[in-house]
Amino acid sequence: MDLFIRRLKSFWYYKDLLKQLVVRDVKLKYRRSFLGYVWSVLNPLLIMTVMSIVFSTMFKKNIENFPVYLFTGQLLFNFMNTSTHQAISSITGSGALLKKAYVPKYIFTVAKITSGLVDFFFSLGALLLVMIVTRAPFSWHNLLFIVVAFQLYLFCLGLGLFLAQANVFFRDIQYIYNAVTTAWMYLTPIFYPVESINERLLWFIKHFNPMYFYVGQFRDLVYYNTLPGPKITFAGWATAFLMLGIGTWSFLRSQDRFILYI
Amino acid sequence: MNTRVMIDVDHVTIRFNKSTEKIDNLKEYAIKLMKRELMFQEFLAVKDVSFQVKKGEAWGLIGKNGSGKSTLLKAVSGIMKPYMGSIAVNGSVAPLIELGAGFDGNMTARENIYLNGCVLGHTEKYMADHFDEIVDFAEIGDFLDSPIKNFSSGMTARLGFAIATMVRPEILIVDEILAVGDFKFREKCQERMNRMLSGGTTLLFVSHNIEEVKKLCDHAIWLEKGNAVMTGNAQDVCDEYLARG
Repeated sequence: MDLFIRRLKSFWYYKDLLKQLVVRDVKLKYRRSFLGYVWSVLNPLLIMTVMSIVFSTMFKKNIENFPVYLFTGQLLFNFMNTSTHQAISSITGSGALLKKAYVPKYIFTVAKITSGLVDFFFSLGALLLVMIVTRAPFSWHNLLFIVVAFQLYLFCLGLGLFLAQANVFFRDIQYIYNAVTTAWMYLTPIFYPVESINERLLWFIKHFNPMYFYVGQFRDLVYYNTLPGPKITFAGWATAFLMLGIGTWSFLRSQDRFILYI
Repeated sequence: MNTRVMIDVDHVTIRFNKSTEKIDNLKEYAIKLMKRELMFQEFLAVKDVSFQVKKGEAWGLIGKNGSGKSTLLKAVSGIMKPYMGSIAVNGSVAPLIELGAGFDGNMTARENIYLNGCVLGHTEKYMADHFDEIVDFAEIGDFLDSPIKNFSSGMTARLGFAIATMVRPEILIVDEILAVGDFKFREKCQERMNRMLSGGTTLLFVSHNIEEVKKLCDHAIWLEKGNAVMTGNAQDVCDEYLARG
């Protein structure tokens, strides 16, 4: 408990560094590009347009307002995907710094996930735009998306910490993870309707795919305008904290050995 | 004279893994595991070294390349954990181990000052208050908004030194950095370090330049292959090192 309080204190002490790192990531991403922040909105919009055209011909009959359906899944999955991919190399990439000065190492991983979250919030502008254009109904439920975003943030933090520490020892983790996320994407109902997959696979997805919990909740709130069920909400929170626990534990356990491998 | 112990290095041993080939991916790990070739080759960079630095003292670490000087400094700054023994540090530490290590080449000098300051544990507000002081000392006024990657190594070093020494830390750790920069800037650095020393800062200094050690330090420790050969008065240790080393 004492240790926990000390860790929290040191995190608070370094909060400005976290902010600087996040600002750096966001700034560098858009520096010297003509449209700047507009890319955050434009990029998902363009991808969505392409995917809408392709997939709406395949699933036309089952899904109403396909662009919003697709978008609600894709934005969330993208946040998880890009932020954890960035987080993987967060420790190995900051090697030069970690060798020279004492900084809590997890700061770099947390910063990557947090800048992913900032990007996600930017791209929500695109979703809003699509919802207005397609005349999707709005309701107060929409605002609760922030809870889901928080759950997913915690989940990504845990996953990012776990991957970052593993990547210090085994550099090929990032290539393996590439394959994992591709499979993961197809196993998450992003561009196909949930009903279109066979029952056994659906059962598996509903119980073991964390992204299903988050995409499901997010869709309930933003696309169907209802509250998500208690089961999926609980699953979302539980997985988030479980992953955060695993990530933190594995990271703290191995962080003293990082210096010998970077 | 205050005799508070600032750094207490107590029987410290630091261990490295010196395996002949570095295994850093799963594929090789699995192959080696199956062939039963996984081994941990131990290498002790620092062996059972003890010393105590009191407030206001300046210690020089001397020895040949690979004798464990920098490793010891890293352990004192908290970057590495000792394998055996313990290190207690009382007070704020400013490590000057390779200047400008925390800079991001794509960011401007202005942004880097804030970033680097935060890496050293300062708040944004503190950096804003001391911003002008840093820019003045580093003499980079005209280049504030250019990316660091366009800077010369001397300019980067000046900026790094300015940020790290702006704080008046209680303990300053310096590793072989004054080799860069022109002689005027080196003088400036020397002067600043001297001023900090007379202001009560404790110094830990690594250098191959024995004259500099003699000039700056009052105590010295001579390391050879991780062992402390001699500890004591800087003048004596340096003379002995020159005579025997």
